[in-house]
Parts: sequence; structure tokens; C-alpha cells
Amino acid sequence: MDSQSLRWGYFSRMGIRRLYGQCKGGDSVTKGFMKRGPCALAIALLIPLFFVLNVAPKPVNAEGEASNLAAVSSAPALSPIEQALADLSSENAETRSAAVALLIEKGDASLIPKLDEIRATADRLVRQAIKPVVDLLKNRANLTSELPDYRRSAASDLASTGRREAIVWLQAAAAKEEVWWVRYTMEESANLLEIRSGDFAAQQIAIKKLGELRSQNSVSILKELIEAGKAAEATEEQKTLMSAASGAILEIDAWSTKATIIETIFRGISLSSILLIMSLGLAVVFGLMGVINMAHGELMMIGAYATFITQQAFIALLPPEHFDWYFPVSLPLAFLASFGVGWVLEATIIRFLYGRLLETLLATWGVSLILMQAARVYFGDLTAVIAPQALRGGAQVMVGVYLPYNRIFIILLSIVCVVGIYYLLFNSNLGLRVRAVTQNRNMSACLGIPTRKVDSYTFAFASGLAGIAGWALTMVGNVDPGLGQNYIVDSFMVVVTGGVGKLAGTIWASLGIGGLNKVIEPFSGAVYGKVFILIGVILFLQWRPSGLFAAKGRSADA
Amino acid sequence: MPEQMQPQQNSRETLSFYLVGAILLIVLPLLNVLPAEESWLRVSDFRLNQFGKFLCFAILALGLDLTWGYCGVLSMGQGVFFGFGAYCMGMSLALGIGKESVYGSDLPDFMVWTQVKELPLFWYPFKSFAAGILGAILVPMIFAAIFGFLAFRSRIKGVYFAIITQALAFAAWLVFNRNETRLGGTNGLTDFKQLLGYRLSEPSTQLGLYMLTVVALGAGYLLCRWIVASRAGKVLVAIRDSESRVTFTGYTPWIYKLFVFVVAAGLAGLSGMLYAPQVGIITPAQIGVLPSLEVVIWVAVGGRGTLIGAILGAVVVNFARSVLTNYFPEAWPFILGGLFVVVVTMFPDGLIGIIRKLFSGGPPVASAAMPKPQTQGGR
Amino acid sequence: MDTEGLILNCENVVVDYDGFKALNNCSFSVNYNELRVVIGPNGAGKTTLLDCICGKTLPSSGKITFGNNIELIGKNAEHIAKLGVGRKFQAPSVYGNLTVWQNLDLSLKRMSKGVFPTLLGKSTPEERERINETMDTIGLTPDAHSRAGSLSHGQKQWLEIGMVILQDPALLLVDEPVAGMSDKETEQTGRLLSSLAEKHAIVVIEHDMEFVRQIARIVTVLAEGTVICEGTVEHVQADEHVREIYLGRAKVAH
Repeated sequence: MDSQSLRWGYFSRMGIRRLYGQCKGGDSVTKGFMKRGPCALAIALLIPLFFVLNVAPKPVNAEGEASNLAAVSSAPALSPIEQALADLSSENAETRSAAVALLIEKGDASLIPKLDEIRATADRLVRQAIKPVVDLLKNRANLTSELPDYRRSAASDLASTGRREAIVWLQAAAAKEEVWWVRYTMEESANLLEIRSGDFAAQQIAIKKLGELRSQNSVSILKELIEAGKAAEATEEQKTLMSAASGAILEIDAWSTKATIIETIFRGISLSSILLIMSLGLAVVFGLMGVINMAHGELMMIGAYATFITQQAFIALLPPEHFDWYFPVSLPLAFLASFGVGWVLEATIIRFLYGRLLETLLATWGVSLILMQAARVYFGDLTAVIAPQALRGGAQVMVGVYLPYNRIFIILLSIVCVVGIYYLLFNSNLGLRVRAVTQNRNMSACLGIPTRKVDSYTFAFASGLAGIAGWALTMVGNVDPGLGQNYIVDSFMVVVTGGVGKLAGTIWASLGIGGLNKVIEPFSGAVYGKVFILIGVILFLQWRPSGLFAAKGRSADA
Repeated sequence: MPEQMQPQQNSRETLSFYLVGAILLIVLPLLNVLPAEESWLRVSDFRLNQFGKFLCFAILALGLDLTWGYCGVLSMGQGVFFGFGAYCMGMSLALGIGKESVYGSDLPDFMVWTQVKELPLFWYPFKSFAAGILGAILVPMIFAAIFGFLAFRSRIKGVYFAIITQALAFAAWLVFNRNETRLGGTNGLTDFKQLLGYRLSEPSTQLGLYMLTVVALGAGYLLCRWIVASRAGKVLVAIRDSESRVTFTGYTPWIYKLFVFVVAAGLAGLSGMLYAPQVGIITPAQIGVLPSLEVVIWVAVGGRGTLIGAILGAVVVNFARSVLTNYFPEAWPFILGGLFVVVVTMFPDGLIGIIRKLFSGGPPVASAAMPKPQTQGGR
Repeated sequence: MDTEGLILNCENVVVDYDGFKALNNCSFSVNYNELRVVIGPNGAGKTTLLDCICGKTLPSSGKITFGNNIELIGKNAEHIAKLGVGRKFQAPSVYGNLTVWQNLDLSLKRMSKGVFPTLLGKSTPEERERINETMDTIGLTPDAHSRAGSLSHGQKQWLEIGMVILQDPALLLVDEPVAGMSDKETEQTGRLLSSLAEKHAIVVIEHDMEFVRQIARIVTVLAEGTVICEGTVEHVQADEHVREIYLGRAKVAH
């Protein structure tokens, strides 16, 4: 996008001619909306739809699977397993631990219901004995689950049990595994178990392997080994392990620095996209209409609550397998809810205040207080939206770098929003009219543009954008009455830094502020990060008083 | 003093100044002391103390009125300067607690339970009470001077300035909430015992503080009126009306803005200084975004651009608040929000505007903010 | 002094708004005590030229020297105002919430316009006398204590001229002083400007050719950011090029 064409007021001669021709024909804005609106809405709808239709297979119903297996294995009478199950309740501690060992070695997930049954009635000692069995068996079963995330977490859980039996399972599972980062976790877990085995040769191999794997999780145990090797009474073996471990740690550290940098960049972009998605609506009403909308955050909150209500309705009215559909369905609802509130707001308050920036700021502040309190009274303080399956979890792009899907989703959404606004403003008749009214209200009225309607639809549209932002934000945080307030100061900083003139300013400023925030945060903590950003913005404005991209020309300071 | 400058013009205003001053300074304290405990005439200690708090807020509002009402510079961060004043005073008072504290340590309680062993360096000056008073006024002024210098010099104005000051309020709130700033974190400073040897729990001390607040408000009012009536005051209005014209007339607008901004910060500091001992606690909750905005609404409700309006607005809104939060605790944010909307859209001249309209019966006052024409010098 | 006798000399001034050259190598000079009229079609760069001189707009290249060879480019507006350049804007720019008297009082040339002198300063009798004189000249004596915002459009124009006069500038820049005035007011304004030209150098931008003919000695024609013709009214009107851009565009002068 070249910055020239992103300027709000920019017109080509062609554009004006087009504008004139269109309006002469008696075509009204509403018609423009009829034509364009559904189109844009449909596009917006398609994206989440895409997500849902592509969702990974539904989580395997572990119990169903288990009962099938149970049917097969429970045929012979009093097998060793059944004997062991009975022994679990034995008074004798030795019998019990022998039973546990046997169950771990021979058992499978089909035993879990039975074990749970025993656990429910047994005393404390027995419960303690059964717990690791259940955990191990569950995790072992999950190693072959259809969902990569389940397999992965099973593998990492197994590492923390410290049971050597699991090494074989993990190795077997790793050999068949296709998803690399699940395989990675399996190998890592197997080696982590190996390293604690006490078998010197196996330990040596495991250390080397963990170093190669750049395993973050092994750092603490490697450090333990180093400590042990440093001790006065250390054996030769321990010393050998120490040098191997320190070599592995060096490798791991070098890698983790790289990974941290990449993750910081990703977090920066992620925050930037949240800021961007919020600031877009603000920038549109500020740049096009000269209105500072302090209630923008609360319009977002409305979008978020619309999503929440849709979710509740789905839970209450529809069978659970359709649950994930609430998310795409709530998008238009969130948009429309905020659109409607914005429309009413414009019609009752904003339109009396055009041209009086400070007054719009104060009045909308009042509105924001009212909306916030209304939400607090009606919904209470804390409500959350459950992310649809497709947006849960994340992608392990490389060792130590994990990108959550919800963040990726917001980044994509912000790109879609920018492109959408760009298209709507600079490539559609509607946008042409909006810009015409911005530049010369009287002239536009003379050309037959219904300026009042353009005003109210522009404002409502920006409010609808806020609704979409709120819809997306439900994926990364709670839905609470303070939702808007959390980001409003930051997003105004974005608008101020970006300058009123151009859309590009908003994009760059949100990238700058979001990125800077995340870069500073590790050094100074979130609070001082904010303070530094404020100082940074003030100093930046010393250099560029009207923001990154200021409108130039005679009308600039009118 | 203004009275000597415009003897004839302001006789009515001067008269009402003395009248209100006398009521606040003499009648109310007498009603607090003289009538019997259960008499309906009696102004209870609680009410008087509460009124003292409102008058503190009125001083705060005066400062904002000077920058916003007259000069058109909307600061949404006045709470920060108020907080600086209150905290400076609070630090002196906290050190004055001495061994009476819960833990019997010389250090303020919060330091004991956040494991601070030694008094942080910046607390030392506040061992002297005079430093507390001086700091309460100078610290906000110096901070405002630096912040204002950076902001105004680079011609940040209008909503840009408002947004930047709001960010300032937000940032200050975050920082004051932190424990490592050694200012008591979220709980702030509290449990003050004595002030220069007077027990703060004694009604007589509170009465004295109340009277001091009245005097401070009177002095603040006279200072503002003097500024507003001078030619510099006219420059302020001129900046609001047409900044570029002021520039082309050879004045440097940003220096004038900086000047009123610093004066307003000083008034805010004074207000905070008087607030801390009367209310007995100062927390970050007093200095965030919303408290700073409430100052704006006081001024808007009273009538911006009139000094009386600022005082009236602060007292009326806060009184309404104390009454309403008693009966309908959940309704206050609705009312506050509604006030913002209604005042801005329908009564830009606030209560003063309405009163003037009622009394003159004629058209509304000139525009938001024109004080009575004062012809300094005349023809 | 290489610009002998010139109070203002602009050389090759360029103003670039995102690729649109509002001024394109514009060169222009004015003598002491001269009344110069600048005309040109809409968008010719007339107002931009004045903006550059008084420091409102920063040219991307060129030179503007004032009086004793003082370079104006790069100086800020209040500095230039103090050097002695007064500006009257196209849309009347007065302080609507101050009285006429206060408007004039603020504009009066004074030793210092810093905060504290202004805070403490009082008008001397001589200063009051000057303000009253000016108020007579612009015919606003009866309205001395009315709010400037309540004046008629023409009165505001005059008030602004009065304010600029009180600044006592060596060079006055006047942008469309008679827009929105009646014939009688226009004529009075013309006389006022002519009499001012005895002591000050004045640059006037105007569209009203009647008015131009009344006051002008030398006229400069600006088009598309450059000076295309300079001379007496007759000379300019006879110029082919001028006729082409002006009359050819159906902007008929009379």
C-alpha cells in the first residue's frame, strides 16, 4: 500500500468524476451499503468458517475406546491383571507394590475405569498406590491419541513421573510418530527419564542427546549433575557426566537465546495486532470525522459480550457437537451489536458535537462510564469465552518457540481488517463518499451525498469494527467490564503517534508501540515498560509533533 | 491584589467573595462548636471534615479551570499533581507516626511488612515537616514544568495533549501501585497520628485544618483572579480563541501554556497537601485516570471559564456523590457518565451558565467560558 | 547590503506538499514603503507565499530575506512577528471572547511579551492613546467594550487590520482584506491601506479587481507557484499570458 493513496483526503480527478457521476444517478449511500455491506460481511464471515471447517478431528472419546478394549480383554477368568487388581486392596504392602508394578507393565487404558472404581472406595494408602498407575496408564494410552496435542502432553507428563517403564513406551511411540514436535517431546521425555536412571552409559548418551535436542526442560537436571560433579566426593563417573552436562548446557543456552528473540518478536507482533485492530476504528472516526471516541473500548466490550452471549446460547440450546459454531456465528452478531450501539450513540450525542474534539472526548468518556457500569451490574465481573477447538493450542515451529493459534488468528484478523478498511475506503464508492464528506461537507451535499447518513454510517461502521476487535479479544482474555479500559490508553497512544492523516501511520505506530512494549518488558517489567513507552512517545512527538504521518497542506492546521 | 486593580468593576464579586468566605470561615466553624450536640443547627465534625475535603477538591478544580477554562488546554492528568502533593504531605505525616505504628518501628508500617530495613533516601527530607509542605507544592510544579516543557514546546495541543496527560495519569497510577517505589503500593500511606504535635484524631485539629483549607482556597481564588484579570490572563483567553493570531502578534503561546500548567499543578499540589491529613489516607486510587477525569467534570458542571464555577462544581458534584453513593452505590458511575454527556451536549456553560440565564432572563452567556468583561485600564 | 532598498526579497522559494508544488521557484521582492498587490487564480500559491514569509510554512528550498538581510526561513512565527512582519489572515482571526479594546491592547507593540512582564504590566497613558487612535481609524470606537465575536464580518476584518497596525510592523501582509465587505466598506479599506503605505511596506492579496485598481501601484501576478508578470495594473491587464490564464479560465475580472 503506498502511503500516498492511504491519505484520508486523497482524491484523484477520476475519483471526483466518479463520485459526481454516481451521485447524479440518485444512488444513495444506503444502496452503496446494500451492495458492499453484505459482500464485506460475507468475506469476514468466511474466514472463521474456514477455521471451523478445517478443525482437527474431534478429541477421541477416551472412554468409548476404553470400553471397547475392556470388552475384549475381560473374557478369561481371573487373569494376572485381575489378580493384581484384587491385590491392590491387600493389607500387605509388598503384595500391593508387586500388583502396582504388574499393572504398570501389563496394564492398559482399559483398566482405568476399574482402577477409578477401586480408588473411589479405597482408603488413603491404596489411593496413593493407585494414583501413579492411573496416571501412567492414562498417559500411555494418550501416546497413541489422534490429537497431536494430547500425545505431546502425555509424553511430557510421562517424563515427570520418573518411571523407567515409560522409556520403552516413549521410544516406541516416537518411532511411529509423524508430527515432529510431538516426536521431539517423546524423545526428550525418554532421555529425561534415562538421565535419571543411574545407568552411567545410558546417562552419557542421554546427556548428549538432550544437548542435541536443545532441551529446555533438561537444564535443571543437567545443572544438578554439574553440581554433583563439582562436589569433593565426586566419583570419576560423576565428573565425566559433569563435563558432558556443561557442554550440553552451552548448546542449549545458545539456542534458547535465539528462541527468546524469535518469541519476543512474535509477542511484539501479536500485541501490535491487538493494538492495531483496536486503533483502526479509533483512527477512522478521528481521521475522518474529527471525533475522539473514548467509548471505543466499551464498544469492543459490547462485541465481546455479544460473543459471550452467543456462546451461552449455544451451550443452552444446541447439542455440544455444534458448540464450536458459536464462534463464527458470533462474529456478525458482535459486529451488529456494536454497530447498533454506535449508530444510536451517533444519532443521540455525537452529531451535536462535530468539530468540537475535546467535547467529543468528554461526552464519549461519559458514555464509556455508563456502558462499563451497565456491564458490571448486568454481567458481573468475570466471564470467559471458551475458544473453539481450532484456536486452542498452538504450533511448535521450532524447539523452544511455541506460537499459540489464538495469537496467530488475531494477527491474521488484523491484516484482514486493514485490507478490508483499505478496500472499503479507497476502492469503493462508499469510501469515496466518506472521504468526500470529510474533505468538503458542503460540496458533497451539493453533489447529492446524504452527508448525515454518511456520518452516522461511518461512525457505526467504526463501532462495528470495535465489535470485531472485541470478538477477537475474547480469544486472548477474559470478558469483563474493564476489557476496553485495558487497552484504550495504549491504542490512543497509537493514534497520536501515528498521526491523524494516514492509515499507514496507525499501522506503523501500533507495530512500533507493540513491539517496543514487548522488547522493554523483559528488562523492566510491564509497568515500567508502559512508563518508558509514554516517555518514548513524548520524545517522539518532540521530533514529529503531529505524529508519524501528518497531513500536509493548507488545510492541515485549519 | 485584584481589588485594588479594579475597584468599581468587581464590587459585587468582591462582596460575594467576602460573604462566602465569612460563612465558610466563621459561621460553619461556629455552628460546629456552639450549638448543642443534638441541635439541628449543629454541623457535625463529620460533615465539617467532609466539607473540608470538598474545598480541597475546589482548589484542584481552580487549577484545571485556569488551564482548560481560560487557556483551552485540557489536562486529564491533574490527579497526578494532586497525588504528588498528597504523597509528599503523606510521607511527612507517615514519618510523624514514629513509634506509635503497629510494629513499633521508626519506619512506616508498610515498609516493615515489605521488608524494607532502611528508610529509602528520598524519604529523608520529609522528616522535616516544612519539607513536606514545600515538597507538596514544589514537586508537582517542577514535574509539571518538565512535562509541560516537553509537551508544549513541541506544540502538542488540544486532544493530543489531553491524551498524553491521560497516559501520564495511567502511568503514574501504575508506578504508585508498585511496592518497589516505596510509597506503600496499593494501600498507599495511612494511619497518620499527628501533625506538628496536634493529634489528627482530635476534632479541634480537624477544625483547624478545615479553616486552613478555607484560607488556602481563598488565596488560590485570589491568585487565579489576579492572573485572569491581568493582561496575561487575556493572552490566555486569546490563545484559546486563536492561537495562531497570538503567535503572529509576537507572543509565544507555549510559554503561557506552560505557565498556567505549572500554576495549576501547584494548586493541585496544595489541594493534595490539605487532603492527606483531613482524609487520613492517600492511595494510588486517588491519582488514576478516572479521578483525574472527575476533576474535569467538576469544572464542566460548575461552568468552565469562571472561577466561581469551578469551585461550585467541585463542591456540588462531590456533595451529590457523597449523598448518592450512600443510597445507591451502584448508580454513581451512571450519574457521573450522564453528567459528562448532559453537560457537554446541553449545558456547556455549566451551573453558572444556567444561573446567569435564569437571573438575566436573556440569552445564554457569551460562550463557554467568558468571564465578565473586565476592562483593565479602560478608555 | 546587496538588496538595496528592498524590505523583502524572496528567491527561488519552493514549497512542496507531497509532490504538489504550491510554490515553484518563486522570486518576489518588495521595496520599503511600497504597496504591492498580488493577484492570481485560485491555487496559484498566493497564501502559501505569505505563509512562507511569516513563518507558518517552511519552504523546502529558497531564500527569504527581510530588511537588513535577515534570513526568515527557519525562524519561528513569533520571532518573525517580533522582527516586524505583521499578518492579516484571509478569514478574520480575532479573539472572539475578548472585547475590541482587549484585542487591540494585546496586539500593541511592547518591549516584552514574556509571561511575567505581561502579568505585571499595565497600559501607560501613551499606549492607551495609541489604541484609542487606532480604534478611531478603524471606526470601532463605539464598540470598544463589545465582544469581538459579536462584531459583523466587515468589522472583524477591520479589527484585525487594526491589530496588525498596532504591532507597528515594517512589513504588513494582508490576505483578502475586503472579502465580504460592502462597496462602501471596501472603499474605506482601500483608503486605509493607501494611507498606511506611507509608513509601512504592504503586500495585499486580492481578487476584487475594482479594489486592486483603486489601491495598486504595482501588481504581481502569480500562477502555478511562480511569478508570471509584474507591472502596473494596465500593463498586467494587457499581458497576453495573464489574459490567457485568467480570462481563459472564465474568471472574468470585471
